[in-house]
Amino acid sequence: MAGSNDSRQDNVLLEVKNLKKYFPIRKGFFKTLAGYVKAVDGVNFFIREGETMGLVGESGCGKTTTGRVILRAYEPTAGEVWFKDRNLGNVNVPDLDKQDLKTLRQNMQMIFQDPYSSLNPRMTLLQIVGEPLLVNGVARGSELRDRVAELLRVVGLRPEYMIRYPHAFSGGQRQRIGVARALALNPQLIVCDEPVSALDVSVQAQVLNLLQDLQEEFDLTYLFVAHDLSVVEHISDRVSVMYVGKLAEMATTEELYGHPLHPYTEALMSAVPKPDPRYQAERIILEGDVADPANPPSGCYFHPRCRYAIDRCMQEEPQLRELRPDHYVSCHRAEELDLVGFVETAATYQG
Amino acid sequence: MSENGKEPLVEVRDVKVYFFLDEGTVHAVEGVTFDIARGKTLGVVGESGCGKSVTSQAIMRIVPSPGEIVAGDIFYYRYGQDGSVEKVELTKLDARGSEIRSIRGNEIAKIFQEPMTSLSPVHTIGNQIMEAITLHQKVGKEEAREKAIEMLSLVGLPQPQQRIDYYAHQLSGGMRQRAMIAMALSCNPSLLIADEPTTALDVTTEAQILELMKGLQEEFGMAIMFITHNLGVIAEMCDDVVVMYLGKEVELASVDETFYEPYHPYTRDLLRSIPRIGTKTGARLHVISGSVPDPYNIPQGCPYHPRCPEFMPGKCDVDREIPFFEIKANHWARCLLYE
Repeated sequence: MAGSNDSRQDNVLLEVKNLKKYFPIRKGFFKTLAGYVKAVDGVNFFIREGETMGLVGESGCGKTTTGRVILRAYEPTAGEVWFKDRNLGNVNVPDLDKQDLKTLRQNMQMIFQDPYSSLNPRMTLLQIVGEPLLVNGVARGSELRDRVAELLRVVGLRPEYMIRYPHAFSGGQRQRIGVARALALNPQLIVCDEPVSALDVSVQAQVLNLLQDLQEEFDLTYLFVAHDLSVVEHISDRVSVMYVGKLAEMATTEELYGHPLHPYTEALMSAVPKPDPRYQAERIILEGDVADPANPPSGCYFHPRCRYAIDRCMQEEPQLRELRPDHYVSCHRAEELDLVGFVETAATYQG
Repeated sequence: MSENGKEPLVEVRDVKVYFFLDEGTVHAVEGVTFDIARGKTLGVVGESGCGKSVTSQAIMRIVPSPGEIVAGDIFYYRYGQDGSVEKVELTKLDARGSEIRSIRGNEIAKIFQEPMTSLSPVHTIGNQIMEAITLHQKVGKEEAREKAIEMLSLVGLPQPQQRIDYYAHQLSGGMRQRAMIAMALSCNPSLLIADEPTTALDVTTEAQILELMKGLQEEFGMAIMFITHNLGVIAEMCDDVVVMYLGKEVELASVDETFYEPYHPYTRDLLRSIPRIGTKTGARLHVISGSVPDPYNIPQGCPYHPRCPEFMPGKCDVDREIPFFEIKANHWARCLLYE
């Protein structure tokens, strides 16, 4: 990772340093400690103000946990999370006391994956969207109603809907409610945890466009956690790829998709089914399954599935390093490998 | 629809499936017509609630109550070893009778989206595969077990000798899906219905399973009905494509024409609204306005008219049956633009 005096890190909003989150595994009657699931195991990255950082990886790679540890929904096991808060200044999130954490969380919000289970079915929209305003003493009474009406309008819902309950809305509309709630306190950073993966294609496009519009309007910064590579490519300025609790690669979207440096990134790109029937190419099929984060392999965690692995990969753990400007990779052989990026498919019907 | 050298396996003709509920009647499938040719792959694509899964349930005659097939015919061609062909009308069979039972699970098999919920948690996967084999074939337990191990190694499950005695929860998502495919293929079906088989899987596992299904299709020569909402998967796997919207079949064409020359506005909108890698970051996606209507109040006329960019007032919203126009050879669309 580059030092903090690096010029490219001038307007960094969030910097994560060597972040770790281990979940203990307890076994037997006495709940003796049998080991740890290393969900997040030494992650480093930074997000600049006003940009969207995509975080991709397969299920169980720790991307959701990373998002939650940043918000301190989980206490980190180790590591630092530096956030340039509007009110508190540059603070290390794990060090904050309860009072400061409350202040901080006004500026860090989250949008959840499942719009069906993340909204309380017994609360009206007014209560759901107004709750953060009420709890933080920002608005109450008629002022609260006005503010909620405004928020609903911003996300494309009719203000009259505020007396309704979530069951009256479709999946896409519910996701808009979640967005309105996240926006209520005018945050700096929003962690979007798979915000569109539960939605149909036509609705997914609506929500993605909404997120982009809001980013421009309110100068938002997004950490966009997702597994769909085409969605991440569409919305992100920069992308980080995670594999078994570690960062494999981080670069600008164009760099990462055009010239990946990590074999895992290459395999991910190759695996995506292309929406073009005329596209014919050999795919890289990764053998086996994702490594078990409770019992990861030696050296580079990816080596058992990597087709470029050499002896060194089995013994020595690679570190994340900046190989090209703003392009970080953790692979011993990154310099010598010539990897294939995402192959653009021919333009099918575009109207 | 035309023959063009393909041997028919399943012919679905104007099938309607309604669900009679207290709140009203849901027209889950409203007049669907297509063919599945022997050894070919038909894709069925559409958003949630469009009736794609119910169509496959109608073919297997497992439409759950209170759903009923209210109209239409489904013909199934049974090819004998000696070259004989028997045409069976599936819709006329007793859904619990012996004839459909000899077809279901044997000649027409299905794999499901969520392998964790569709495999039994209290039986080993070996037990479940052996059950399918002993039910349809005259073999003993030992032989069935050998066959099950053979199937598991065929679908690429590592260490099949040991894994046959595993329970579903001991396997990863990809391995479970492999076990389910082994079960479905254990009786060498002529049609495999795959209902969103890779939706719950990661991309790298999805690639493994798609590759496996292609290989097995070459080896066994079965036809596949591939139900999915993922257009990338459709492009990769299918020969022909049915596009469905709110129970109606809006377009039927070869996979190439579906992607390069779609006729129905819904198909066009779908293709334009998927994020494509390579298009400029920051650009806005094409949006289909509104959302899928409530199944109790399907708009009259063309169900897509409230969202359609080509909407013609006084034509599309008139309560009438819109015919399925054959615009080109083997390319059909249900849209009044082509009247």
